[in-house]
Amino acid sequence: MMNPSLPEEENDVPMPVIKPGERDRSLAEEVRKRSGTNFNRCFQCRSCGNGCPFVQAMDYPPNVLLRLLQYGQDQTVLESKTIWVCAGCHTCSSQCPMAIDMAGIMDILRLIAVERGVAIAKPNILDFHEEVLRSLERYGRAHKLGIMWRYKLQTRRWFSDMDTGLKMLAKRKLELRPSRVKAIKEIEDLFKCYWREAK
Amino acid sequence: MSAHQQLDFSYFPGCSMATTAAESNTSMMKAAKILDLNLIELEDWNCCGSSSAQTLCKNLSLGMAARNLSLAPPGRPLVAMCPRCLHYLRHAQACLRKDPEIHRDLEERWGRPIPLDLEIIHFLEVLVRYAPDRLKKSVKRGLKGLKFVPYYGCTVFRPPDLGQEKCYEGEMENILRVLGAEPIVGAYTHRCCGSFLSATDPELVTPLVNEIVDSAVLAEAHCLVTACAMCQLNLEIRCNSLVRLPVFHFSEVLALALGAEDYEGWFIRHLVDPRPLLQKLALVA
Ligand code: SF4
Ligand code: SF4
Repeated sequence: MMNPSLPEEENDVPMPVIKPGERDRSLAEEVRKRSGTNFNRCFQCRSCGNGCPFVQAMDYPPNVLLRLLQYGQDQTVLESKTIWVCAGCHTCSSQCPMAIDMAGIMDILRLIAVERGVAIAKPNILDFHEEVLRSLERYGRAHKLGIMWRYKLQTRRWFSDMDTGLKMLAKRKLELRPSRVKAIKEIEDLFKCYWREAK
Repeated sequence: MSAHQQLDFSYFPGCSMATTAAESNTSMMKAAKILDLNLIELEDWNCCGSSSAQTLCKNLSLGMAARNLSLAPPGRPLVAMCPRCLHYLRHAQACLRKDPEIHRDLEERWGRPIPLDLEIIHFLEVLVRYAPDRLKKSVKRGLKGLKFVPYYGCTVFRPPDLGQEKCYEGEMENILRVLGAEPIVGAYTHRCCGSFLSATDPELVTPLVNEIVDSAVLAEAHCLVTACAMCQLNLEIRCNSLVRLPVFHFSEVLALALGAEDYEGWFIRHLVDPRPLLQKLALVA
């Protein structure tokens, strides 16, 4: 239907088609439960999107992602770059006038994306986290040199990033000798619950 | 002979302080010793889980952090310097308080109690709560003339699900002011340093880090001081602005002000050498 109050050309802007009957609310429900955050209070003030330091690298600003979630656009949400670019800095959560813990929502969305095995929009970031976990499983501690080395090899980014790695090494910023937890069995046991094993 | 009674704390170093940020660790130990704060390293500690465990498995994340809590002897607070470690340790304690079943499971699994009333505090809080007088009495070299931006980063400043906990805003300024330094306002103090994105997407982090450092330059600060080893690393390695400022770990300037003499060893590990600045201010020879 034409909106008489708008100038003609603006009537041509396609509006997203949301069919209420076809909405899938399961993801929204799950996120609400697991994050303990009721995001229906969101009134799209956009503080979260405007304050997020990494919004430029996201496909949807946090507030838009939330709206997509409310509209049941599950796949779009779970396959977004936004959830992986989010560094969990809590800027959004501490600025939200409705006390919505956006960072907590992002946290749960990442977990669900991994659990459901959807296409990960920023696989390099998931690779990095997995590399860290491999170090934790082996040593109980994070060994930056090993992590950076294997991560760079795997993603073939070593050379593009060589300067920093070299500079860090030169300043002995990366510890060469790994230290290991003595009771490593206790650590290994914790990894038994790890999602990859569970499947 | 020491003028103060020694105070005992358990200390959780965490992976950064134990490796890449060894200079922060050494200087913190030094400062603690001068103040008669006895930081006893947690026996056989493991990684707090970090954002990587948090991203991939909540149980793993909780278990990693909780194991550290099970290693802490009763009767003395557990101190961390890394804001993220502190966050995950406290978060784990909060989870176990809410979930007696998991709490019991983990206790049984390790055969060790996990005290739910264990006090988990940041080193800044140790200074503010336990050592304000000793701090004043122990100033030796001081930091006169040093203009710094207190760079808190994102985490020392209260993640929301720990909203009931202590917020550290202002404490870095208070402490360094006692030591003679001058806090500078008007620069970015809480903007995220990029965290793990510094490893995965450096081209994304560099402009943001530049903004932070440029804002400090514009505000006419000499340097930035942070309480987070990862912030310090990211601000140093990802900045390519024309004018770069030294970035100190809080513990380094603290130990320096208290008269530590072994600073050469810490400062050579910096990517932006802070020694010319300190020499200009006649704080070091
Ligand atoms: S800041 Fe809060 S209320 Fe505002 S758009 Fe974001 S989530 Fe919604
Ligand atoms: S927590 Fe994530 S979404 Fe929120 S401001 Fe930080 S990076 Fe952006």
